[in-house]
Amino acid sequence: MPSHEFTLDDLRRILRDGAGADEAADLDGDIADTDFESLGYESLAMLETGGRIEREFDITLDDDALTDSRTPRELIEAVNALLVPAEIG
Amino acid sequence: MSASRVRVAVTGLGVVAPNGLGAEAYWAATRKGSSGIGRISRFVPDQYPSQLAGEIEGFEAAEHLPGRLLPQTDRMTQLALVAADWAFEDAAVRPGELPEFEMGVITASSSGGFEFGQRELQALWSQGSRYVSAYQSFAWFYAVNSGQISIRNGMRGPSGVVVSDQAGGLDAVAQARRQIRKGTRLVMSGAVDASICPWGWVAQMASNRLSTNNDPERAYLPFDAAASGHVAGEGGALLVLEELEQARARGAKQIYGEIAGYGSTLDPRPGSGRPSGLRKAVELALADAGATPRDIDVVFADAAAIPELDRIEAAAITEVFGARAVPVTAPKTMTGRLYSGAAPLDLAAAFLAMRDGVIPPSIGVSPAPEHDLDLVVGQERTAAVRSALVIARGHGGFNSAVVVRAAA
Repeated sequence: MPSHEFTLDDLRRILRDGAGADEAADLDGDIADTDFESLGYESLAMLETGGRIEREFDITLDDDALTDSRTPRELIEAVNALLVPAEIG
Repeated sequence: MSASRVRVAVTGLGVVAPNGLGAEAYWAATRKGSSGIGRISRFVPDQYPSQLAGEIEGFEAAEHLPGRLLPQTDRMTQLALVAADWAFEDAAVRPGELPEFEMGVITASSSGGFEFGQRELQALWSQGSRYVSAYQSFAWFYAVNSGQISIRNGMRGPSGVVVSDQAGGLDAVAQARRQIRKGTRLVMSGAVDASICPWGWVAQMASNRLSTNNDPERAYLPFDAAASGHVAGEGGALLVLEELEQARARGAKQIYGEIAGYGSTLDPRPGSGRPSGLRKAVELALADAGATPRDIDVVFADAAAIPELDRIEAAAITEVFGARAVPVTAPKTMTGRLYSGAAPLDLAAAFLAMRDGVIPPSIGVSPAPEHDLDLVVGQERTAAVRSALVIARGHGGFNSAVVVRAAA
């Protein structure tokens, strides 16, 4: 059972732990609508990030959810879409 | 000028060694006979028969590399990336200013990223496949140092990796020379290895060549009657190679010398009764350099410290050069054997020996008279060095030799 909603702070923490942080990108800033690519994360970084979200929140993200989510806001929405029904149910 | 006549120069050195970080720190320590061998600190070695290593101390990857690179790189790659940065800095080359397809990266590797791999295998078997880092896909891999150096510096010309244990350090440089002769402007070459972790240690023990003497001053004694195997170390060197005339034309800050000759052979199968190919590798390297034995001012030995292998190397040297006819040294007695990183580090030492007119010592060794070698022991020796021979052998019968020469 998922413990809580997936937040921007969760994503920041997981990005840092799994893929590190680009010195040129301010992860703590207002990044919700910034492309992952401009934050310095390429596809493998997103794969690692997705894997960490899956095991922490006990969900399965399909490949499209990862590749279609170009910004933190989109990824957070995709993750929460998998979490919320479970919590309601 | 035919391609085989194109002269290939070394214009930059990046060194990461157990007895010194950076070429000058390594060289100062090596000239003094200062050892980097000690009790293993990266893991608790109590339960292993071999408890000494040449470890690099004081290397903090985060001080040198971007945060994005840290989670995706093994220690050996972090060391290699920094060594490459230092080699470029030393050569006064900014890779971003050169056409990316005119620069290549050709390194050697012997084990890949073992420390990273061990961590991920532990995650796999204790927690499950979902806990394995996506970066394990390449972080362990032999070619990863070449790949990461290439990506970081925008070098998209001919690149690759050579895997032939310790000989690979010379085989990679030879391949780099070939690519420059075919027209590539610059190649970063050499090698850095590091696998001082339990998994890497067990793999190294399987060779039966690690010394089990745990006294740092008695553990690794090549060419000594007490030779009983080697101490393993981590590190190596990366070198900037360029076509000599182009290096001059760009006003290179220094030209350490040229890669003048290379030879390699493979030993016959064990038990065949036929002799080792080491002597032939040395002769091939001399012939390729257009040099005679008398031209060579110092030999940097492979220095296996396995009695039979020491005999073979000493015989190859004395058969080519004569008994006690050329100074021989093994500064790796201060670092341990660095596998693919060893010979590039010896190349760096050879170039610095030429620059400063000194032969660095081997330490701790009492040369066995039967070898008939003029081994430089204990203290550096003043000598004009214009040409040097570096020998490297790899487990499985690889023999390689390189002649380096001051660029006249």
